[in-house]
Amino acid sequence: MVLKKAGLFPIVLAILLLWHLVTAALNVPEFMFPRPLSVAGALWEMLKNGELYRNSVSSLFRVTVGFYLAVVTAIPMGLLIGRQRCLRTILNPLVQFLRPISPLAWIPMALMWFGIGDKPAIFLIFLSSFFPLVVFTTSSVLNIRTTYLRVAENFGLKGFKVYMKVILPAALPEIITALRITLGTAWLVIVAAEMIAVKSGLGYLIIDARNSLRMDMVVAGMVVIGTVGLILDYMVRLLERMPSVEWSRMRR
Amino acid sequence: MEQDETLNKIEVRGLKKSYIERRTKKRFFSQCRPQEDCKVLDGLTFSIPSGTFACFIGPSGCGKSTMFRIVSGFERPSEGSVLIDGQEVTGPSNRHVCVFQEDGLFPWLTARQNIAMGTEGLKGQQAREEVEEYLELVGLSGFGDHYPHELSGGMRRRAEVARALITNPDILFMDEPFGALDFVTRLQMREEMVNVHQMFDMTILFITHDIDEALQLGDRIIMLSDRPAKVAWDMEIHEPHPRDLSAGDLRQIRKEIYHKMGLHVAL
Repeated sequence: MVLKKAGLFPIVLAILLLWHLVTAALNVPEFMFPRPLSVAGALWEMLKNGELYRNSVSSLFRVTVGFYLAVVTAIPMGLLIGRQRCLRTILNPLVQFLRPISPLAWIPMALMWFGIGDKPAIFLIFLSSFFPLVVFTTSSVLNIRTTYLRVAENFGLKGFKVYMKVILPAALPEIITALRITLGTAWLVIVAAEMIAVKSGLGYLIIDARNSLRMDMVVAGMVVIGTVGLILDYMVRLLERMPSVEWSRMRR
Repeated sequence: MEQDETLNKIEVRGLKKSYIERRTKKRFFSQCRPQEDCKVLDGLTFSIPSGTFACFIGPSGCGKSTMFRIVSGFERPSEGSVLIDGQEVTGPSNRHVCVFQEDGLFPWLTARQNIAMGTEGLKGQQAREEVEEYLELVGLSGFGDHYPHELSGGMRRRAEVARALITNPDILFMDEPFGALDFVTRLQMREEMVNVHQMFDMTILFITHDIDEALQLGDRIIMLSDRPAKVAWDMEIHEPHPRDLSAGDLRQIRKEIYHKMGLHVAL
């Protein structure tokens, strides 16, 4: 109760203090595990020279484009596969097979197809989100209560209307959960994707800082990645508060 | 003979339904052995004249809901046929609206939006007025903007009945619509159903496991046997509404139903 009232700030402060005390007491060398103050220094330095802003924007750009492409293709596809048994029989094995392949395994192919620059990274993000989104959307369609589908049939809804008025809204709560998970993965993958083939982005920032043995910058980069990840998750969570989605939380 | 048939709204002839258990799917708790036909309906035959409030009762698991799905067009019978207005039923129609056992309101729409589903084809203002009228009719005037999860069980049922009524259906199919409600709410809903039937000129096919509900509502009570279901008893009730269930005739009928169901409880 006391902790809850105090809020986040003292907890963060305590962790930073502990971090400092432990590294200082054990005399850990800076290049093994930098202290909070030097990380803060690196953050300030990168903030001043614009590196932080530039790299965050390039990472966010790639994630946004890749993720958006995945959303607009995977959700309609998942809705169709969930509804059409024959599509499910044909496509499900393929999707299920491709899904567990780490997007990173596609790096060689991505480079061959798209060369260097933003494109291969965007492609990897797309892949990392596409397959899970298809699978999640399909299963959320299969989970729709038969009663809703019967009501739709009873009221004479057909074709496209059934998708827009019943299937999509009924599956939406689960789709939003899937969006949260896949956006999280996309953000994980972007860092790895940027360690190859590009000269910008938070992944590049980290690998570049390591090459010049600036471990304070590496950790500063990690802090930024964590923070942006939290913000992204928070943004998707806002979708869960839409009045037309709230019902699924109430039912639990 | 031909004349007689056209008077009947719903005509069910020799309805049979069996589910074939697949060999690959061994179900441990299934009451049917694998590969054996699981007979649910065994030659149901009845006919319901237009405007009748017909109640179906029967022991639980006897196939009432299966019959419901077939007559309302959601499932095909294995044998036999269902005729509505002399036409073979091949699928659900928006002239015959169902209220299902489970909540059928779309939870992502407000009560008002749900009821408005039934007003397709009407123009804006007219549709809106009609929706308000039906909200009022079922006593939900102040609750139009509430989502189903913000309404009580009884209110959700009312909204669902309103959504069905607004389409002005020929037939209203109801499958144990009040089964999940508490006792007092169920009594209120019974009363309202009587009013609904008097206000709207339609045939109602009402499935229930509550014998008193059937006695209170039905112009006709059809009792189904244990599975595989047959018509065990078919009777007409001419008692006027509102009915007093403790009155002599109804008590006598109830006693007989209890007896036919193999129940020997004191009344």
